[in-house]
Amino acid sequence: MERIAIVGVGQTKHEARKIQDSFADMVYEAVKMALEDAGMGVNQVDNVITTSNDFWDGRTISSMATGDVSGARGKNVSCVEGDGTFGAFYGMTRILSGSYGTTLVTAYSKGSESESPMITNAAFDPIYMRCLGLDLVTACALQARRYMKRYGITEEQMAMISVKNHLNALSNPNAHLGLKITVDDVMKSRKVSDPLKLLDCSPVSDGAACIILANEERARKITDKPVWVKGVSFCADAYLLGDRDLAECKALEKAARKAYGMAGIRDPRREIDVAEVYDAFTYQESMWTEGLGFCGPGEGGKLAVSGATAKGGDIPVNPSGGLLGAHPVIAGGLIRMVEAVRQIRGQAGAMQVKDNVKIALAHGVNGVCGQSHCVWLLGRNPN
Amino acid sequence: MHEFWRNVEPIIYEGRIKVPYSWQAGETATYFLTRLRDEQKIVGKKCPKCRKVLVPPRKNCPFCFVHTDAWVELSGEGEVETFTIVRRGTRIQPRKTPFAYAVIRLDGADTRFVHVLGEVELGKIKEGMRVKPVFAQERKGSPLDIAYFKPVG
Amino acid sequence: MARRTAIVATGQTYHKSIRRDVNGQELINEAVVRSLEDAQLTMDDIDGVIIGNMDHFEGINYVDCWSIDGSGGYMKPTMKLTTGGTTGATLAIAGYHMVASGMFDKLLVIGWEKNSESDTTGGIITCTDPIVERPIVAGAISGLACEAQAYMHKYGATPRDAARVSVRDHKHGCNNPHAHLRLDLTIEDVLHSPVLADPLRLHDMCPRTDGACAVIFACEGIAEKITSAPAWVLATANRHMFSDYSDVVQMASLLSMVEASKELWGKLGIKEPLKKVDVIEMYQPYSWAGMMWIEDMGLCKKGEGPRLIWDGVTDMGGELPINPSGGVICTNPIGATGLIRAAEIALQIQGKADKRQVPDVQLGVSTGFGGNWWTDMIAFGKKKPA
Repeated sequence: MERIAIVGVGQTKHEARKIQDSFADMVYEAVKMALEDAGMGVNQVDNVITTSNDFWDGRTISSMATGDVSGARGKNVSCVEGDGTFGAFYGMTRILSGSYGTTLVTAYSKGSESESPMITNAAFDPIYMRCLGLDLVTACALQARRYMKRYGITEEQMAMISVKNHLNALSNPNAHLGLKITVDDVMKSRKVSDPLKLLDCSPVSDGAACIILANEERARKITDKPVWVKGVSFCADAYLLGDRDLAECKALEKAARKAYGMAGIRDPRREIDVAEVYDAFTYQESMWTEGLGFCGPGEGGKLAVSGATAKGGDIPVNPSGGLLGAHPVIAGGLIRMVEAVRQIRGQAGAMQVKDNVKIALAHGVNGVCGQSHCVWLLGRNPN
Repeated sequence: MHEFWRNVEPIIYEGRIKVPYSWQAGETATYFLTRLRDEQKIVGKKCPKCRKVLVPPRKNCPFCFVHTDAWVELSGEGEVETFTIVRRGTRIQPRKTPFAYAVIRLDGADTRFVHVLGEVELGKIKEGMRVKPVFAQERKGSPLDIAYFKPVG
Repeated sequence: MARRTAIVATGQTYHKSIRRDVNGQELINEAVVRSLEDAQLTMDDIDGVIIGNMDHFEGINYVDCWSIDGSGGYMKPTMKLTTGGTTGATLAIAGYHMVASGMFDKLLVIGWEKNSESDTTGGIITCTDPIVERPIVAGAISGLACEAQAYMHKYGATPRDAARVSVRDHKHGCNNPHAHLRLDLTIEDVLHSPVLADPLRLHDMCPRTDGACAVIFACEGIAEKITSAPAWVLATANRHMFSDYSDVVQMASLLSMVEASKELWGKLGIKEPLKKVDVIEMYQPYSWAGMMWIEDMGLCKKGEGPRLIWDGVTDMGGELPINPSGGVICTNPIGATGLIRAAEIALQIQGKADKRQVPDVQLGVSTGFGGNWWTDMIAFGKKKPA
């Protein structure tokens, strides 16, 4: 694969309710930040990909709301509906196809403006499943229980992930929910749908993010700190919840395998310096660490309490606080990429895991119960 | 932030999007739902390639991408593979909280069926518990023609 | 590594106003199966799936995830794109980039819509800003009617001129077994059909349709093995500008078409598209656009569109046939419509267009329209690009 780099990143502060901002305001803020970060003018952006979701926005053709502020005027532009990591993938292919030298990708969501259970209930099949009234939380509760029961993982082990990520979020100036809590706090938090309690669940936040991709020639002109794309892949599992064993994440394993292959990674636990994964719920961070090969199947719980995934551990996961710290839905994965870039550049401030971050992983999810995954490997060195 | 913003009540426009939908179920789902409604029977459909019995039935097998052919009548009984006890109520749930959703392995089917449990002590629900469907009095060709699954025996 | 990329196979449903016999997934599956048959491939040969529709027409969130059964995306990379009416064209352009990038060798691209399942106008109205515009907007038809009024006012075109465009497309549609509407109309039929929003009449306007279209893109080296006549993508250009309807200031001219076509012709090195292009499948949602937007496309000067139409230049047998398939006025499953345009051009280049075949097509162009007066354009060629 020809060399592609991320040359600029930006994100807003993610909050429970950004009442002063429209979608366009949030995206504009993130775009300006990314352009400033790259030292680029908007006319150096060759094309634009916006990422949004009609349901979350309450607006069909949701791309209408933020095309202008994403700098799309007078340019070729397209829109991906799904997590920002998927939008970034398409943005990357538009450079690799030889058509453009730089692509600007935006993603945003204002969860405060809608009733999340109604929005996520709409993801269920209208004929067979919708009438059951499932939403993302209750469906993921089914998955959480299945996963935990199958491998003997405990709620206390999962609570450690909440403790870690909320603590990490305190060091993140953009995070929504930085909290100093204990396992006991998590265990005592309000039950939502067994085994998920309030502090096992990510919040729904308002926020936006932006990244700018470039081919090697342009990247080297734009910045002296390009962050290179080493590997990327995505994969979707079967749709109906009953069509798969919810304790498994085969689609993630496949996407990770492909991305690792592209990046030449054979031992992810040793070779990856930091990972930003899509932890919509505590159990998901545990499952995804297994699917990504940081530990064996069923060992996510042990990993969570071992300290290995803490900021100072050998495989730090979500030093930014992850989604548990801030979850503007569609932007979730793109924000993981922003954080991964900052780690590699050594610009992660209090979140920085160590001085010499060479390889970082960023991960996004689309659909319910982790049906579709996108895995990015980013690196400091091009080869 | 502008001075104006500090002193004003933010305007919030309360919208309700009303786009009514009529989803055509198609022949396969219609067959499944009419058998639920008229005969209180659960049926699955078999894939000729992987031999899996799919429930709810599909016109084509999602795994093999070929058309399914044979209809298979199921007893309706099965066992709970996993479940959750819902504590936080929403407007669209079919029962009042607390109640349980379950993923059920129906006897004779290879894919799992998701539904609600009823007539059960929530604290006593276990993986492996045997359950059977209880059909609603008034049925209209919907998955909720099965009112809930309840423990057998 | 950038590679030359072509459409190698297509599949469409037989479009109807309402398909009660299938649900959305099954509709998608029909088109997908046909495209695989056309390519003589199986789903195992496909490296990835991209799909699109307009969410609020089916009320399903995360359609890429929901459609897996029908699309064949099980354990494959699957992604959704959506840009309103021009979704199909957006998908075709994405198909090109995804394969040309080297990330996929054979990619399945699906556009679909089951418009019968919802209130189309109700769905469309939600595209506008809820605070500023939604309370006053009344769907797509009124906006297009305003455009037509502005054009009549500025250039003196008449409803009779527009009717001639409608007659052309309906006549063409009779040659297309996939078309939804296959009516051989006269000008009087059009002029006497009920008024929707002055000056638009029923037969000036596209229908709502249930339908799906699937297209397979493949890279060089593989495309030639699948078909003897790949439809090579030569260039793409698009403009999606403005956020609100009221931003769209030039009413008698489609600004996005002016800019996108300028870019496209520039990339192709074409100064006189009327002479160089062999066939166009234009996303023309209503008859008037067939006069206005061909001017904006650069086929003739502003105001001269009607003359081109009356001279028969755009009829089958004319110098530059437009919409041999019958176009959008005959068939409009919105999420698929833009992709059908690309598929029809591919069929023209492959020589597979049967009764609607334009002889000896070397260069064809498909367009997309939707959203806030947006335009997408793709040029396909018979000869592999250098």
